[in-house]
Amino acid sequence: MRTRPLPSLALLLLCGGCAGWQSALDPQGPSAQALGQLLHGFVLVLAAIWLAVLVVLAVALRRRSRATPQAADRHAGIAVGTACVATVLVITGLTLASYVTTRVISAGAEAPLVVRVRALQWWWEVTYPGEAGPDVVTANEIRIPAGRPVRIELSAADVIHSFWVPNLAGKQDLIPGRDNVLTLTARRPGQYRGQCAEFCGMQHAHMAFMVIAEPPEAFAAWRAAQQADSAAPAGAEEAFGRQVFEQKPCGACHTVRGTEARGTNGPDLTHLASRATLAAGMLPMTRGALAAWIADPQTIKPGNNMPMVPLTPAELQAVSAWLATLR
Amino acid sequence: MSARIQDDQRDTDLADAPLDAALRRVWDTPRGVWGALATVDHKVIGRRYIATAFVFLAFGGVLALLMRWQLARPESRVLTPDLYNQIFTVHGTSMMFLFAVPVMEAMAVYLVPLMVGTRNIAFPRLNAFSYWMYLVGGILLWGAFLVDMGPDIGWFAYVPLAGPQYGAGKRVDIWAQMITFTEISALAVAVEIVVTVLKQRAPGMSLDRIPLFVWAMLVTSFIIIMAMPAVMVASTALILDRLVGTHFFNPAEGGDVLLWQHLFWFFGHPEVYIIFLPAVGMISSILPTFVRRPIFGYLPLVLAMVSVGILSFGLWVHHMFTTGLPRLGESFFTASSMAIALPSGIQIFCWLATIWYGRPVYRTPFLFILAFFFTFIMGGMTGVMVASVPLDTQLHDSYFVVAHFHYVLVGGAVFPLLGGVYYWFPKFTGRMMSERVGKWVAGLLFAAFNFTFFPMHVLGLLGMPRRVYTYQLDMGWGGLNLFVSLSAVVLAAGFLLFFYDAVRSARHGEPAGDNPWGAATLEWATASPPPSYNFARLPVVRSANPLWEDDGVLPVAGGLRVDRRELLVTTVGGALPEARESSPRPTIWPLWSALATTALLLGSILTPWAVVWGAVPVTIALIGWFWPGGRKEEES
Amino acid sequence: MDRVGGWKDGVVLAVVLPALVLLGGCRLEDRETRPDPPVAQALGQVALMPNGIGGSPPEVYAALGRPYRESAFHLSQGKRLYEWFGCQACHADGQGGSGPSLIDGWWNYGPDLPTLYTTIHDGRPGGMPAFRDRMTRDQIWQLAAYVQAMGAYTGSLAAPGRSDRPQTRPAENRLPAASAPLR
Repeated sequence: MRTRPLPSLALLLLCGGCAGWQSALDPQGPSAQALGQLLHGFVLVLAAIWLAVLVVLAVALRRRSRATPQAADRHAGIAVGTACVATVLVITGLTLASYVTTRVISAGAEAPLVVRVRALQWWWEVTYPGEAGPDVVTANEIRIPAGRPVRIELSAADVIHSFWVPNLAGKQDLIPGRDNVLTLTARRPGQYRGQCAEFCGMQHAHMAFMVIAEPPEAFAAWRAAQQADSAAPAGAEEAFGRQVFEQKPCGACHTVRGTEARGTNGPDLTHLASRATLAAGMLPMTRGALAAWIADPQTIKPGNNMPMVPLTPAELQAVSAWLATLR
Repeated sequence: MSARIQDDQRDTDLADAPLDAALRRVWDTPRGVWGALATVDHKVIGRRYIATAFVFLAFGGVLALLMRWQLARPESRVLTPDLYNQIFTVHGTSMMFLFAVPVMEAMAVYLVPLMVGTRNIAFPRLNAFSYWMYLVGGILLWGAFLVDMGPDIGWFAYVPLAGPQYGAGKRVDIWAQMITFTEISALAVAVEIVVTVLKQRAPGMSLDRIPLFVWAMLVTSFIIIMAMPAVMVASTALILDRLVGTHFFNPAEGGDVLLWQHLFWFFGHPEVYIIFLPAVGMISSILPTFVRRPIFGYLPLVLAMVSVGILSFGLWVHHMFTTGLPRLGESFFTASSMAIALPSGIQIFCWLATIWYGRPVYRTPFLFILAFFFTFIMGGMTGVMVASVPLDTQLHDSYFVVAHFHYVLVGGAVFPLLGGVYYWFPKFTGRMMSERVGKWVAGLLFAAFNFTFFPMHVLGLLGMPRRVYTYQLDMGWGGLNLFVSLSAVVLAAGFLLFFYDAVRSARHGEPAGDNPWGAATLEWATASPPPSYNFARLPVVRSANPLWEDDGVLPVAGGLRVDRRELLVTTVGGALPEARESSPRPTIWPLWSALATTALLLGSILTPWAVVWGAVPVTIALIGWFWPGGRKEEES
Repeated sequence: MDRVGGWKDGVVLAVVLPALVLLGGCRLEDRETRPDPPVAQALGQVALMPNGIGGSPPEVYAALGRPYRESAFHLSQGKRLYEWFGCQACHADGQGGSGPSLIDGWWNYGPDLPTLYTTIHDGRPGGMPAFRDRMTRDQIWQLAAYVQAMGAYTGSLAAPGRSDRPQTRPAENRLPAASAPLR
């Protein structure tokens, strides 16, 4: 029997230092931190047990027993009994550790920022209930002040989704007919990627979002800017783009505050260009990506609910130019 | 052949050769197509079951390779998302419902009657019926997949995605009815096994002398009987929601989305043990043969299996830790999920003790058991991790879980199963599988399996969710995924080598004697392959390892009639002879009944009225099946 | 010795029967999410009778295999669009309100698909707005097919099931809705 504990262990250790913008191994908030510690504790204890069992197996295979059957049974009985007691102790310890971690994670937060997240096939609607001024509605991006706990109220519009930002917290499902809550805090400013973790249909793979933690002042400024209506078109091309957007089917599904477009089926685009990504985390927010997306959404993300609207090249240019100015 | 068979002639009156001729006359399956369709011989049906299940394993493996091809590179466009979703659904459904559960039951259908020393399984016609239902269920799923109607909602079919509003077309209905087919067949086999084990054991095989594989199948059968109805209720409610417009799962009308998850996992978690416990039994049967000593801890092993069976019904919520259930309840299910580590641990410890005091012989079946130890224990350890509520919030629905359950199911069930195939192949066919190829198969599968699935743990921790048809370049998962995909090809090569060895050995393998491994249990007390009547004279059992006691000479019991199919019914506890019972002859009615049931179930996908009209042929077929034959059934 | 039957049966049955399905079948539940742009363009060429009632679908429709009325996927998309584009505001769940009922079997402009398409595309006098600037052509086909399915007298295999909403009438696959008692 060729056992390979060494390469496997090496792999495990190797990724102990893994960082990533969507990784449970790089905790950036207290909740993920507690989970990370628990994870490391579990892995150490369990890997030790696994190794110990394999060592016993290896010894058992090599040795030649000369014990009489009666002695063998007696000794084996004692050994098995001891191992059972050890098992009970270990699983009791691990259960208690889990319980304590749950308590730590679910301890109530002081004066949290409330954000409502509604999941749809296949994007996230994010609403900041107005503290002063109107609600802020955006999509696929959650801006939060670093260091302040955020209470995320989760609901689902169609099927079950799951909200998962591994760097900040464990996941929580969004279930039609139920209201779930998740509290998370980002220690430092930064960008953390999240993704839907419950299979939700054709584009489950492309249902991501960004959590962007900023210093409190930057967050306040962002929030104030989001409350404003969209900017007026800067030039003739942008003005034409806005006109196309209002007259073509775009406005039937999307809202851009300050224009005729008041649809509610798709994401609110009032400040589209202020977001980091397009199409639920799929594309970077550039004018080129915007044009590509509008020109052929069904090739980029087959099955999503945005149809391919026939536009002339000039219209496409203008619409993407205008949208790229909606900061 | 000179002796004429008279009415009411008993086996005690005949010498060996005329006894063989007489028994063959009444027990042999008739030749030809009619014989093939009408057979009720548990060995023929068992072989058919095993072969079919392995075909579905191969099909499911092809799907797995397609998925790995798609996932080998980021943003790959080998498969469309729609096709990928069908593929992972059919892969999971096929492996669980068409391979893992049926193949374990198939091994039991073949082996249990031999191991308990009887001539046929209880309810042989039900056995034939169950195979036909299983086959139709498999064809339904795969046929639908081939015409682009494969279910695309995951093997767990969560509502509302699988519900009437979001699951367009007939795809989900096909999934739900396929469940019904396979559940009917699984329940039928479970009932047969329970009765065979409790009432048809050889004289003297008291409860403490039952082979451990038989114990495992007894416990498994009870789990099936108690768990499967939950998923039948769930899938029926789903079909009603979709076709008739009921509101079981519609929150707007007082239904509940989570009800589905509770019902499904109340079945779905015991399902894991339905697959794993038979493997425990196989290991417990194979291990003593290859360490040349009786198993250590027979009683603790039996108790561990029974307590796993009971505990398995208290764990289902650990599939739902992220749904936002009350915290206290979740903590309870953490504790119960961890508790099952104890009986599982007892099994491992007893096997280790058996090896410790034994003298291992490194033949292929034993190599598979070693592979089992390495992989299954790791799967068990990651199982402890996902049983912890807080940890599960990070691990759930990520590739970590994919790695975990493949370690448990492949490491814990498929490796022992393959070991079992190498072990019992001589009994099935009368020929040995190649030892040289077998070592390659074991080594290749073991190494490739770990290379394929270990990196998935890491991918999950790096944030890769399950059931995604692709991932973006900047996620940094590309390298590991490519490695996994390449290893998967090697894994497939290992399975291919296994299939090659099995097919080749069935024809050209070295002929095996009755007991090529020198094993201790009753299936090795008859010819390889066994005659249609299994045992010319029923063995009498005086210990848990009958062929290792008394120099392998078995006492036999007599007194059964040889002019008709007859077997011995014994008491539940001590296996004392109680009665002679006739065993049914071959008949075509189970096939007609299966076809009639198929018409009903398929029709009900199209219109609810099919339940009414379809009941007529089912009734006719059942009347034909149960038409009294005018023979006295049993005598004390 | 018993003949060693069973192995081959098991393999043959499990391989051959699905293969037969493959030979006999085709892509029964295709989900075409992206009509080619020229096809989408051609889908608008509906020829109506001069009185605006009754007409023939574009040639490309037949070439596509008449997908919209027979495809469960398109019908379910139509059902989604019915909600998304506010049809309920006037037609309720088909029972009608300020707009006519869609399930009472009476069609002001005829029950055929090209007419329904034109009604949605161009609007009709009396308050039915034109949706030509709010939806793409294939979306209008999906919606028209759904409306036709909703008002049909018999449920079809492709018709959608009930919605996950409070119910006001039987589901589209439990037709006819008109004769059923409303809540």
